Amino acid sequence: MAQGIKDKVAILGMGCSKFGERWDASPADLMVEAFEECLADAGIEREAIEAAWFGAGIDAFHVGASAMPMAIALRLNYIPVTKVENMCATGTEAFRGAVYAVASGACDIALALGVEKLKDTGYGGLPQRSRGVENDMYWPNLSAPGAFAQLATGYRARHRVNKQDLKRAMAHVSVKSHANGAKNPKAHLRREITEQQAMEAPFIAEPIGLYDCCGVSDGSACAIVTTPEIARSLGKDHLVAVKALQLAVSNGTESSHESWDGSYLKTTRIAARRAYDEAGVRRPAEEISMTEVHDCFSITELVTMEDLQLAGEGEAVTAVLDGEFDAEGKLPCQIDGGLKCFGHPIGASGLRMIYENYLQLQGRAGARQLTNPKLGLNHNLGGFPHQNICSISMIGHM
Amino acid sequence: MGRGITGFGAYIPRGRLQRFEIAGANAWFDASLKGLGRGERSMCNWDEDVITMGVEAAGDCLAGFDGHAPPALYFASTTFPFLDRQNSVVLLEALNLPRQTLAVDVGASQRAGTSSLLALLQGAGDGMVVASEHRRAKAGSRGEMLWGDAAAAVTTGGGAVIAEFLGGRSLAADFVDHYRGGEFDYDWEERWIRDEGYLKIIPEVVAGLLANCKVGAADIAHFILPTEQARAPGAVAKKLGIAPGAIVDNQAATVGVAGAAQPLLLLAAALESAKPGELILLTGFGQGCDALLFRVTGAIGGFRPARGVSGALAVRREERNYAKFLAFNDLVERDTGKRGETDRQTYLSGYNRRRDLVNSFLGGKCRECGTVQIPREKYCVNPDCHALDSQDPHPFADKRGEVLTWTADRLTFDPSPPAYFGMVRFDGGGKLMMDFTEVDEGGIESGSRVSVHFRVRQYDPQRGFRKYFWKAKILREPAPAG
Repeated sequence: MAQGIKDKVAILGMGCSKFGERWDASPADLMVEAFEECLADAGIEREAIEAAWFGAGIDAFHVGASAMPMAIALRLNYIPVTKVENMCATGTEAFRGAVYAVASGACDIALALGVEKLKDTGYGGLPQRSRGVENDMYWPNLSAPGAFAQLATGYRARHRVNKQDLKRAMAHVSVKSHANGAKNPKAHLRREITEQQAMEAPFIAEPIGLYDCCGVSDGSACAIVTTPEIARSLGKDHLVAVKALQLAVSNGTESSHESWDGSYLKTTRIAARRAYDEAGVRRPAEEISMTEVHDCFSITELVTMEDLQLAGEGEAVTAVLDGEFDAEGKLPCQIDGGLKCFGHPIGASGLRMIYENYLQLQGRAGARQLTNPKLGLNHNLGGFPHQNICSISMIGHM
Repeated sequence: MGRGITGFGAYIPRGRLQRFEIAGANAWFDASLKGLGRGERSMCNWDEDVITMGVEAAGDCLAGFDGHAPPALYFASTTFPFLDRQNSVVLLEALNLPRQTLAVDVGASQRAGTSSLLALLQGAGDGMVVASEHRRAKAGSRGEMLWGDAAAAVTTGGGAVIAEFLGGRSLAADFVDHYRGGEFDYDWEERWIRDEGYLKIIPEVVAGLLANCKVGAADIAHFILPTEQARAPGAVAKKLGIAPGAIVDNQAATVGVAGAAQPLLLLAAALESAKPGELILLTGFGQGCDALLFRVTGAIGGFRPARGVSGALAVRREERNYAKFLAFNDLVERDTGKRGETDRQTYLSGYNRRRDLVNSFLGGKCRECGTVQIPREKYCVNPDCHALDSQDPHPFADKRGEVLTWTADRLTFDPSPPAYFGMVRFDGGGKLMMDFTEVDEGGIESGSRVSVHFRVRQYDPQRGFRKYFWKAKILREPAPAG
């Protein structure tokens, strides 16, 4: 019987580049920026790394194929490097590779790095791209906001929520993240906004307006992981360990079977249940100190609160408007600004979430430091509501 | 009773461009357009063409039958989207007719529709003629003002025909009133066309036909002469002795003249109001003339298309944006933004594997558990089944459904933003995220009822290809009870 990942792997160090419109930085520049911070934090030399996992989401547009761009950029020592891609869940996927490698005993120290260079397209938003030979024949030509806007209509229909009430709750989600992001020097968007601004912004994909969308950013984040024993032998105390690492991938049920009504993320619910079991969490809303969730759009964050059992079903609108997930609320969400304001360089995002919770657990989060956090949850989502990959990782003190 | 017409159907695009907008934009150059700036003309939506209109008209006609599959399919047009990729075969697959059906494209003449009908009625086989036209005219031309986009369908056969075929006659004459050697039509003086064309060629053919059939011109109850010349039908009728009241209106004020589709469109309109025993004289003019004579039978009351010409005329949306008409007809080079630059190659081998889905909108029904799904895949989607290779083809094209989720996307590239799409749940099972076409702002909500329609999904201007797929359209009908 498998025992799960809990407390088998510790984070030795992490790094994260400044996110944003990094016109002057190449993918390699971004990788090195995150990697240098990570190496220094880990207190090891590059040569100690035995294996690496490299995540980039839309590689055709920037870094290019295979694991070589990272091996070359970081001058890795001819170690095994695996390229991973799982859409916006790519960062967590890279982390999973490194953590599993250490947990298996195949290596002592492993690296996970994610990067994305989105601002070389010449236009706003994510790159317009093919969905593949088969899908291109019959899929709508949907954008990411177009896909997630449907979550709002599905949620509204299911819970009979008034259009304005839902839009106000969505606005609150974004106002909160902007307030948080303003305190984060590495964040892409560092300006507070008002609820009115968010409510009145033009539609991108109805009912998603400009301020309901996360930043489209350049950036990189990385982690070096090892066993708790080796971490201690390297002089580390106050270890942050992996408590759960789960992935749920749609199998077509949501898109083609009548059992899904478009009002929630089936994968998130499944991955959350598994993650809570793995971490031994029984009352998530009470035991979790903070969350970094995949707020690609405000509606995603709102619905995710229910899918993670942090709000009752149909109660997220009220919980959000009551400020439960604000910085001063009972369960702060996106204390670093989230995808919304820290930014969303696709392949880096999962690792950026872990980075924030890692800093918080170590008391190193500066102006946005929470009081005595114990357990952080990271929720990373790739794809669209009807077909997606959800990864959930939890980290906490040993 | 002999052979004749067994059914008919029609389609007119919902968009109706107001002619005063064309005149207002162009009269600075050609003041004569002011006099034509009355009424409206039909215009294809950006995702409509000859094939998609043909599918609608044929569907309208076939809806009047209980599972009729004509053994031959003639598709008539001078504006087929493909010069060499058989348009009638795309039509046939979209209609999901038996693949053994004889499919024929007939083009290059305004008589394409009438000649096809004549070929069927004078030949041995039963069949269907679908005529469809989407003519492009130069900006500011009379054609732009006077033409319209439309399609019509007629089925032929023996037995209980609704209009008996009494006879037909044809004349070939290279009388070049107009021609299209390049992108646009080029025509000659109207008065010459009337005097030397309509008034000489048509009477000769019609007189011969009426004599053969032993019918007097005064007995004609419905005289169809498709033309954009308002006075020509009256002049020809007078010369032949046909009563002025018999002239079937060319619908210039409501549709415009729809080229090779016009004769069958007017025939469908005449059949809608015709009474048993009445005579219908159908003519088609172009490098000669076709004339066909029918007598309406008592069975006329037993056939009803889904919508017919009157129904199609009634489904209309006034369009006052002439610039949009120019863009939809590729008459102006529009900036599409960088998102419009994406390569839209069609991988033909991949398309070939999915033709049943893309053209015929076939899904699957599981033999093991009865679950209906679209697209059809190797394993059943039912989480409690997942049987392998268990799905029989299951048609979705005639299904209705409801909107589960939707959005109006202003970020993605769309020829007519915003792009509406969302999840549709079909009556009787099955679910698919698909495009919605022709959504009016504020006209869609979760729970809205939809039907599905064969439309253009994407154009590939780099290669001259176009992709088709089915889109959902909001129905203005209440949800079914229960």
